[in-house]
Amino acid sequence: MGTTQTRSENKYDDLVTKTGFSPEQIKNLHKRFQQLSENEETISKEHLHSIPALANNPIKKQIIDAFFDKRNQHQDEVGSFQEIGFEQFLMVLSHFRPPTLKMSEEDKARIRKEKLRFLFNMHDTDNDGTITLAEYRKVVEELLSKSGTMGIEAAKAIADAAMLGVASTNVPHMKPDEFYEGITFEHFEQILKGLEMETRMHIRFMDVNTTTMRCGKSTS
Amino acid sequence: MEFSNLRRMAPLLFTLTILSLLQASKGEIAPEPALGVTILPPVKPDNGPQAFPDADKANLPVFTMDYPRIQIPFEITLWVLLASFAKIGFHVYHKITIWVPESCLLISVGLIVGGIMHSVHEEPPAVLTSNVFFLYMLPLIVLDSGYFMPTRPFFENIGTVLWFAVVGTLWNSIGIGMSLFAICQIEAFGVQDINLQENLLFASIISAVDPVAVLNVYEDVSVNEQLYIVVFGECLFNDAVTVVLYNMFTFVAEMPVVEPVDVFLGVARFFVVGLGGMGFGLCFGFVAAFTTRFTSKVREIEPLFIFMYSYLAYLVAELFAISSIMAIVTCALTMKYYVEENVSQRSCTTIRHVVKMLGSISETLIFFFLGVVTVTTEHEWNWGYILFTLLFAFVWRGLGVLVLTQIINPFRTIPFNMKDQFGLAYGGLRGAISFALAFTLPDNIGRKELFITATIAIIIFTVFLQGISIRPLIEFINVRRTNRNLDTINVEIHCRLMEHTMAGLEDLCGQWSHFYWKDKFMKFNNRILRKILIRDNRAESSIVALYKKLELQNAMEILDSVSGDVSAAPSIISLYEEKKNSAKPKKKFLAPDLKNMHDILSKNMYKIRQRTVAFTSKHALPNDIQTKEILIRRHASVRRSLRPGSFQSSYVPKSQKYFSLPAGKSLDSRFTSARQSYADNQETMSEVGYPSRRARFSRPTRSSSRAMMPLHRLDTLKEAPSVSVLDERQSDGARMNRGITRTNSSHSESRPLNPSFHDNSGSVDNLRNDSREAEEEEQQSQPVAPAWAADPRDRSTQNPLLRRPQWNLKK
Repeated sequence: MGTTQTRSENKYDDLVTKTGFSPEQIKNLHKRFQQLSENEETISKEHLHSIPALANNPIKKQIIDAFFDKRNQHQDEVGSFQEIGFEQFLMVLSHFRPPTLKMSEEDKARIRKEKLRFLFNMHDTDNDGTITLAEYRKVVEELLSKSGTMGIEAAKAIADAAMLGVASTNVPHMKPDEFYEGITFEHFEQILKGLEMETRMHIRFMDVNTTTMRCGKSTS
Repeated sequence: MEFSNLRRMAPLLFTLTILSLLQASKGEIAPEPALGVTILPPVKPDNGPQAFPDADKANLPVFTMDYPRIQIPFEITLWVLLASFAKIGFHVYHKITIWVPESCLLISVGLIVGGIMHSVHEEPPAVLTSNVFFLYMLPLIVLDSGYFMPTRPFFENIGTVLWFAVVGTLWNSIGIGMSLFAICQIEAFGVQDINLQENLLFASIISAVDPVAVLNVYEDVSVNEQLYIVVFGECLFNDAVTVVLYNMFTFVAEMPVVEPVDVFLGVARFFVVGLGGMGFGLCFGFVAAFTTRFTSKVREIEPLFIFMYSYLAYLVAELFAISSIMAIVTCALTMKYYVEENVSQRSCTTIRHVVKMLGSISETLIFFFLGVVTVTTEHEWNWGYILFTLLFAFVWRGLGVLVLTQIINPFRTIPFNMKDQFGLAYGGLRGAISFALAFTLPDNIGRKELFITATIAIIIFTVFLQGISIRPLIEFINVRRTNRNLDTINVEIHCRLMEHTMAGLEDLCGQWSHFYWKDKFMKFNNRILRKILIRDNRAESSIVALYKKLELQNAMEILDSVSGDVSAAPSIISLYEEKKNSAKPKKKFLAPDLKNMHDILSKNMYKIRQRTVAFTSKHALPNDIQTKEILIRRHASVRRSLRPGSFQSSYVPKSQKYFSLPAGKSLDSRFTSARQSYADNQETMSEVGYPSRRARFSRPTRSSSRAMMPLHRLDTLKEAPSVSVLDERQSDGARMNRGITRTNSSHSESRPLNPSFHDNSGSVDNLRNDSREAEEEEQQSQPVAPAWAADPRDRSTQNPLLRRPQWNLKK
């Protein structure tokens, strides 16, 4: 018992350096992880799909897929996992640590890029480095899928207009025999250039255990 | 006579304008005490007889004057006009208002007018009474800021906003009050007679910050949203807190003895008053929203409901002596979202304009009056007390921001850094509300004059010194900025994507924050509230809304360019004639042609730019009569174009990955049938429509530098006068790109061919271009029928997006 305790502490230390979370946050997230995985070592897509709170999220599938995407693990791998362990779970979440006051400009730029990369990966489902029109449409359709019939029908037109926007921003001098095949990551950065990311895409990971606050006995 | 009267009646004006405006409409409670008490005797004994020299003669008078009868409204009107002229004057040289806040200028004008009045020994009558201020002027100011509060950032930062507004104001009032009380104990200043209650009262008056000037600066330099909304929200809610404190302390100041139990009662009352106000506001907000559900048949009185319900909320709250500011602000916040969906576009515009107008006139008058009063009243100047007031106000504000930020930062996702804190602390200007509160102090406060003097001193000090220096300072320390002007469809899509992602991730890892609550509220809102409160209750995603807005904007510009064309029509025709006569029109543009085109372009350009500015500025909506019609038409056309199996699907290439066509393959070869169907459109549009197309697609943008771009392209024309079919097509394509996507790519002068895009609107235009080109070549020699004959309805059945409203006008 004692040994497992220390081992998990050591393991947390390792994770602290890797992900930048505080030990308390890791502990809380670990609890949540175990709750989701029903105390298994790994977690599968089915586990995540069964979370009731996610049921109303229009882009549920993309979010869950992002966890199983190897590109979001800060290692240069592609492909996807079947199941992920706690470490992978944390690595994905570490994209969304809020900035601290002490961050340098380079850090901020790096974090911004990582977040954009995460978004980009959510679009680019086939790993080929470009967001094609079909992929873009799919995302827009799902975003609008909760807003009635008008939304679904409008989605296509909107995605097309958006794609056209990307094309003309990035390739104003396209030769007529060129095709705009899709949005590369550089173009993706370009279209969101003016957008402030510093205040977006953060999760406040609580130091206190919110899972128990919300879920009561089930975590025990 | 008029002048002297005018001067004497100066203060009346405030009251009366507002009074007459509001009184006419509200029947319920008509509190006239202010009027009854304050109005001057209507006839001046010395002047009166001169106006009616032979009044006692019995003959029928040929010419009479009855000045006293119209005196009050007349003078109010003149005062309001004077203040408005001052406002116009400031903008004659626009750079003044960039460097000097408008409130400074207003006070200065007020000082000048006051100086004139003083030199002729006129006394400003005491008309700004407590009742007038609280019942007629304050609600207007507060409704203005409440209605235009940016909702989303506000709710994202609501904790911080309330923290600074409530705790910050309490901190300032108590801090300044206590310190001043300590100062009063020093005999050298000679103010020992001011007791603690009065000091606290005074402190609560001057802790109401009024950062209108600061907000303008922040908006201009686009500081980050968090800072902006905290300053905005603070000014709004600390008015509420201040007024509560003010009422409490005026009550306490009259009490001979203050017992400990009164302190607790005071605290309890504070909460009752605040939360009660919110409750009333919510009720009235929902009732207002519900009412507008049924106003579709009585559009002309639609805006009235908004004002009546807001004011009713205010009055009822006042009736129960709870925070009326809270009530009116909550009411405005609650109903705004629903009301604006229910009422017509025009009513919505009216509401915004009137709210803005009433608010700014009310504030203008107070600042103006402040200037006048500064010169004309007797002051009690006490160096010690006033200097220490300034010092304490400054110190406690700074300290307060510092301490409160330290406490709130751990609870914020994005903590405030030192620069933000400086922005917050330095943005603490005192303004109209402080002055009005001080000026309406009850007379039994012993040192009322000293308090007024000190308040004026601190207002002038902060407004002039801080107000003028804040812009350079903020720019110098380089506060984090947010670009708030990004409304391209891509950005909107990704913002939504991020929001959903965050909400999903938070659910997933069991954390919660405002995304969680927003999600929950939106669900509740869509399921229940919208069904009850909104007539047409289809929930609309913000992406779709933005898309519609951009489409609408596009349509407006098309209309614009046409109205330009109509005036320029002769020149187009002559241009066309000349082209025809020269048999091969593609050879060269003659110098007069170029000039003509330049004229047409510059005319269109000018108009478009103006209109766009009007359309995109925050509070000024386009006052275009056709807006509504266009909106309807665009709605219909968007809807039709979005139907499954609409035109779009027919010619999108199979592989959707290819977003463009290879240029080698001409579109015509692929889409011959489509070309046929558009044939007569091409005829109408090919030659005559071409200048207007040029203007239409040179998308006007916000920054003037971008708007200038088409002129460059004209230069291109000059440089390479042998414009060929090919050339024209290129620039058309380029323009089209920009037009549709609203991006500002920099196009070089001599551009290669542009790819053709397949898009719901782009493809159509392109298609038209391409087929047009081909036809032009075919039809060169044929006489072209007058373009105006084309029937727009034909086209609309073919393709809804081709329903360009301008062709209607030409018929």
